Parts: sequence; C-alpha cells; structure tokens
Amino acid sequence: MSLLELHSVSKRFGGLLANQEVSFTVDAGQIVGLIGPNGAGKTTAFNCVAGYYTPSSGRIDLDGRTISGLSPEACARAGVGRTFQVARTFTSMTACENVMAGALLHERRVAAARATALKWLAFVNLERFADKPAGSMTISEQRRLAVARALAIAPKLLLMDEVMAGLNPSEVQEMVSVVKRIRDSGVACLIVEHVLEGIMPIADKIVVLDRGVKIADGTPAQVSRDPAVIAAYLGDV
Amino acid sequence: MSALKITVGLALAAALLPFATNNPTHLNLAILVLMAAQLGVAWNLLGGYAGQVSLGHAAFYGLGAYASTMLLLNFGINPWLGMLLGGLTAAGLSFLFGWSCFRLKGHYFAMATIAVAELVQIVFTNWDYAGSAVGLTIPMSGQGWGAMVFAEKAPYYWLALGLLVLTLAATLAVERSHVGYYLRAIKDEPDAARSIGIDIARYKQIALSLSAFFTALGGSLYAQKELYIDPASVLGTGLSIKMALVSILGGVGTLFGPVVGAVVLTVIEEATRVAFGGTGRGTDTIIYAGLIVVIAVFYPNGLLGWLRQRRAHGRAQRASLAQEAAR
Repeated sequence: MSLLELHSVSKRFGGLLANQEVSFTVDAGQIVGLIGPNGAGKTTAFNCVAGYYTPSSGRIDLDGRTISGLSPEACARAGVGRTFQVARTFTSMTACENVMAGALLHERRVAAARATALKWLAFVNLERFADKPAGSMTISEQRRLAVARALAIAPKLLLMDEVMAGLNPSEVQEMVSVVKRIRDSGVACLIVEHVLEGIMPIADKIVVLDRGVKIADGTPAQVSRDPAVIAAYLGDV
Repeated sequence: MSALKITVGLALAAALLPFATNNPTHLNLAILVLMAAQLGVAWNLLGGYAGQVSLGHAAFYGLGAYASTMLLLNFGINPWLGMLLGGLTAAGLSFLFGWSCFRLKGHYFAMATIAVAELVQIVFTNWDYAGSAVGLTIPMSGQGWGAMVFAEKAPYYWLALGLLVLTLAATLAVERSHVGYYLRAIKDEPDAARSIGIDIARYKQIALSLSAFFTALGGSLYAQKELYIDPASVLGTGLSIKMALVSILGGVGTLFGPVVGAVVLTVIEEATRVAFGGTGRGTDTIIYAGLIVVIAVFYPNGLLGWLRQRRAHGRAQRASLAQEAAR
C-alpha cells in the first residue's frame, strides 16, 4: 500500500474534462513530480488531493483512508499539507505567526506553537525574519514561509504547487535543498512544477499529464526519454 | 510593560472620574463614550479580527435590551440575570444569523446582515407582547444596585466602564488564544486558512457568537439606563452603522481601536450637536458626517493604525540615521 493512491480520478467542469481516469501513487518518503504542459490538469489533480475539488469519479486514499470528498480542512487534518501558486501569506501577521497558525492545529497552547514555529522557520532558513511582518518578505522568502506553514501541521504528504516558478537560479537551489530536507525528514512530497531543471534531479518519480490524461509515469530518466512526453512538450516531430 | 502601566493608569483615572465631576452633562457624555466603545469592541471581534463586516449588529443589541426588559416586566427576573440571559439569547440566535449570512462573502455578507436586522426590527415593531411600536417602560420603583436602576448618573458610569473592561478582557483573551490567530488567518487568506486545517465556518461563528453576546449586554445596559426602549432606539440601522464606524475609524482588528474611535466619534457628535444643533436644519448631522469623511480619507487604517504607522516610520528613520552615524 502506498501513502497516496489515486484510483481512476476524473474531474469534469461542465463540458471540460480536466482530469480523465488519472491513477498514480506516492510512496512514503518519496519526492514525486507532477509535470505537463499548460492546461494539462496538474493543478486540478492537486486540488482533488487537497480537498479543494471533489473528483467527479474515482477515489483518492491517503494511508489507506479515503480522503476524496473531504473538505480541505479535513484533508489537512488527515495529513495533507499544501502550498499555493501564489504564497497566500497571512499579511497581517509576522513570519513566525504565519507558521504558528499552522502549528496550532495540533498544539493549542500559543507558547508551544511558537516554539514549533521557530523550529520550522529555521528549517527553511527564515529564522531571522521571525518577528518581521510577513508581507514585507520577498516572493522567494514567502514561498519558503508557506512551506514552513504547511509543514507546521505535521503532514504525511506535502503538496507544493509551482514553488520554484519565477525564482532566480540561486533561489531555485535554495528551494531544492529545502525539498530534499523535507523528504529526509520523512514527509513525502508531491510537486507540481514547470521548472524541470529544479524537479528532475531530485524526484524519485515523475508523473506526466497531458490534456487531462496521464501519459507517462516513471523515473526522471525513463520519462525524459519517453516519446509521448517529448511529443507533448515539443509537439509531434 | 509601559503599555500595561499606561492602560492600568488610564483605567484607574477613568474609574475615579465621577469623584472629579458631578456635572450630569459631563458624566452623561462619558457614559455615551463608554457605551459606544463597548459596542465597538464587541463589533470588532467579528468585523475587525475575523474581517466579517456586519451592518446588522443592532439586532443583537435590541435582543439584549428586549430580553432583559421583557424578563423583568413579565416574570420579575432580576436585570442582572436578565442581562446574562439576554446575552445568551443573542449568542444562541446568532447561529441562525450566521447560518443565513455566512453563505455570502464580503459586500454580500454585509448586505445580508442589514436584511436580517431589518427583519428583527419588523418583528418587534409588530409584536404586541413586546410592546410593538410603542415600546416598553421599566418602572423606577426599585432602585439601587440590586435592581440596576439609579436616579443619579455615576452608577451607570461605573456599569458602562465595567462592561467595557469585561469586553476588552474577553477580546484580549481571544486575541492571545489560538482563536485570535485563526480569525486573522481567515481574514487574510481564507483558502490558506483551510489548508492548515482551520474550519472557517466554525471560527467565524465563534467570533459572531461572542460578538453577539457582548453587544446584547450593551443593549441590556442601555435599557436599564434609559428605562425605556422601542424598536427605533435599540434596533435601528443607524445603531448598526455606528458600531461599525466606531471600530473602523478607530482601527479595526486592534484591541483599543474602537475605544479611540468611540471617544473621537462621540465627542464630535455631541460637540456638533451643541454648536450647530437645534436649528432644525440638521447642520450638526451634516458637519458630523463631513468629519467622518475627512477621517476616512486621511486615516484609511483608522486612527490607531495611523499612529502605529507613524511609530514604525519613526523607528525606521531612527534606524537609518543610526546607520548613517555609524558609517
């Protein structure tokens, strides 16, 4: 049994089939990249796992328990952490308070939540911002802050939606090292990503979607040689 | 620590005010300030911290006023107990209020709250048992602390001050607990709040229930002070707007913002009435409204928000000056 299992998940928006019979798994301790051209249905699949969408058909299991159809907050409590394409920082709070808001899920005492939050801030190299207004941080810092906030709920699986998009090369490297540390701490990562040079070297597995359908699933080396993937990215040649 | 000392000092000075003046006009103005501040602080729990702007809070104020008064008149229930029961009634009915209004967001939420408050006002205007449009009168017969009826102003002043302190203490407790963090998270980014396991509907309702409870206590106090209530005086839309204004002008989502807003707003309101009222042309209301617009334009974050910005700006300037000097 894998940590996360998608069983023939389809999601329909009116006449548009955004995901069609998508199945894949994420094992505990794995980094899995979910890639594909624009409009492939990556974020839709992601939102189904995190509870923001209910699949039209199919089933999603986390750790043997069905989570498809649960609300986002119930998915979070079941062990799914997530970040968004835009950081969605709590801008009225300091960096530490942002992470505390996550830590408070399991630890209702504010002082204890603060201690946990400081630990996660250090984990993403943001401890120096602890008592600074979160809204004043750069995009790259806010992305890592969002990761720390999601980690603070002690998830089994962390979903990251384009955490590397728009970052400069050194910021991408910083994020890559954060992702590796997350995996090493025992939390599985499912990453939607456009920045392939960021995800390919660190992923244990890559799942490729195109027009809502899974077209490939394997190690980065296998997937990058797959003719269907090359066709999807470069057009039929 | 110094902020705490200042707060305690101000509270003590406020408690001793009735010994400094026995001019009933001054005391009455002070009572109006305290009561407006208490309502603003109660409104702020939902409108400021949770960011759900209600323009229907007069419904809870009226429920508190009517509950304690009707319990007293019909069942002889002591107003102290009546006040508590009124607060609990409002908190209970706030679930219906939340159930109907929280389906909507932003401006539509605000509009729905107006509609619900109008509904409550119409019910009380036509409900004979509640005195309908004529209203209800509390007899002056039993006086003193037990009956919460007094001939002089000072006891009402202390009651209003006590209620304000109680509401501030409750707000501080919320602000410092996980609920305070959750409310701010919901206000800032509701989707992100859900992603960290926050049940948004539940916490909005907690804020609403607390806010309704304390607003209703204010309504009961009003009834005991004026000894007369009718739908226009305790359920009017103007009241709902005043509660929001006090909080917004003072600074939403801050503990003392509504207190600052209440002082400024009530003093402007009374001063313009004294200076320009009685002409029958509404000059005082026009000037009052004009000053509100001026504050809203020049201090978009509220008076307390403006003060904080100035302090932060001053700190930043001093820091850069220190850096210059070091170089």
